[in-house]
Amino acid sequence: MSRIILHCDLNNFYASVECLYRPEIRQFPVAVCGDTDKRHGIVLAKNQIAKLRGVKTGDVIYQAMDKCPNLVTVPPNMKLYQKFSRKVNDIYRRYSNQIQPFSIDESWIDLTGTAATFEEGVKTADEIRAAVFSELGVTISIGVSFNKIFAKLGSDLKKPDATTAIPKERFQEIIWPLPCRELLYVGPATERKLNRVGLKTIGDIASAGPAFLQSLLGKWGLTIYAFAMGMDDSPVYLDGAEDAVKSVGNSTTTPRDIVTLEDAKQVIYMLSDSVAERLRQKGMVGQLVQVSLRDTSLCSFERQMPLKEATCASGPIAKAALSLFMRHWDGTTHLRSLGVRISDLSFLSAGRQATFDSTTTEKQEQLEGCIDSLRRRFGHSCIHRGLLMVDPSLNINPIEDNTVHPMSYFKEVM
Amino acid sequence: MEYIDVIAQFDPAGAIHPLFVRIDEMRLRVDRVTDIRPAASLKQGGIGLRYTCLIQGKKVWLYLDDNKWFWEPVDLY
Repeated sequence: MSRIILHCDLNNFYASVECLYRPEIRQFPVAVCGDTDKRHGIVLAKNQIAKLRGVKTGDVIYQAMDKCPNLVTVPPNMKLYQKFSRKVNDIYRRYSNQIQPFSIDESWIDLTGTAATFEEGVKTADEIRAAVFSELGVTISIGVSFNKIFAKLGSDLKKPDATTAIPKERFQEIIWPLPCRELLYVGPATERKLNRVGLKTIGDIASAGPAFLQSLLGKWGLTIYAFAMGMDDSPVYLDGAEDAVKSVGNSTTTPRDIVTLEDAKQVIYMLSDSVAERLRQKGMVGQLVQVSLRDTSLCSFERQMPLKEATCASGPIAKAALSLFMRHWDGTTHLRSLGVRISDLSFLSAGRQATFDSTTTEKQEQLEGCIDSLRRRFGHSCIHRGLLMVDPSLNINPIEDNTVHPMSYFKEVM
Repeated sequence: MEYIDVIAQFDPAGAIHPLFVRIDEMRLRVDRVTDIRPAASLKQGGIGLRYTCLIQGKKVWLYLDDNKWFWEPVDLY
């Protein structure tokens, strides 16, 4: 028997929650927008009315206002959205113990063990939609299929508040006429490559065959071919399975441009402190440091270098990040955002190769462990580097302001 | 949306039962609770555990949102 997989997608999530809590704005076009003063002034989510007027997620606020002059903009309330996300997942748990969140507003559910037939799975999807609306006042779209890829595609086909069934017997008729871009992980660049050789639809990808796609897109071509053929057998993980962390990083769009080396140093140290603190929370050390730079025209690049020794101390991470920055920044380009990331991770408990610098590194880690315990007791701002006092407007608290991004479909769990 | 004062009983099993509500400066007795379920209030704008209550002979929906109470106003007099 084939599997019964649901993909549940909360419609216009942030905007729906805001409209629920503010009945007075429901009949207007509404957009949830980031803070303009902090230069996060883009549309994060919009309601159905704003969507019909052409407002798009990612629009800068003035672009959205041009399209829709009576647009009501509201600030985001991440804590409230996280509460809703938890409650929605609690509803899913009534139906299965295989629940895999993909992002704050999307989850897969495997009903194979609980629904006897595909039709029963579709009925359960309708029940879930009704429960979410009656208990939380927001709508969801659900795709029901025999694998995760088609279930996700199904949830995008009919919106808002709908169930779309893609049974194994009919997937070619439903999926194959759709444009390539509808397939998960076919982005604009892959779409261009496919279109250039005349592959416009998902059906075209399927009929092109694996060998041709591999010659066109490399290993990735085989993955996309398998997706188009419905040969995705990746499991929906058990509820609560934790991600196998591959890297820890923080980036920030600063309230003003980074124009001097001093500005950059301050931001890099702030981000490195946060990255190191998060590493220590996970009991891990990392050895490969990466910096990412984005300029004011939104062009970005990343550079990386290995450390002599794996660490969870911010000093060596910041030094490496700063030296990468100095090597690759031309000294004149104004920067809008900076990021620091560390990968090649291992657990601290697994032990480390000793080097001549080991004692210094360990001392530094012990010192930072003390700082962590002070922060746990007295709050994050109770102690910080003198360097961060130079321009307080550049500082954020990356640990508490950490944003949740969609997880990789290819993630591993432990 | 305004939250309201409620006097409630916490039973040994941890369940919470509203006994009195303060509405328009009046202390009103909750005569009966006929249903309890999680629900959204589209009218008031919020979510919570919804208690269907009889107050002054009228059906009233009280919502417990985390540890605050709100109601969907109805004409009680």
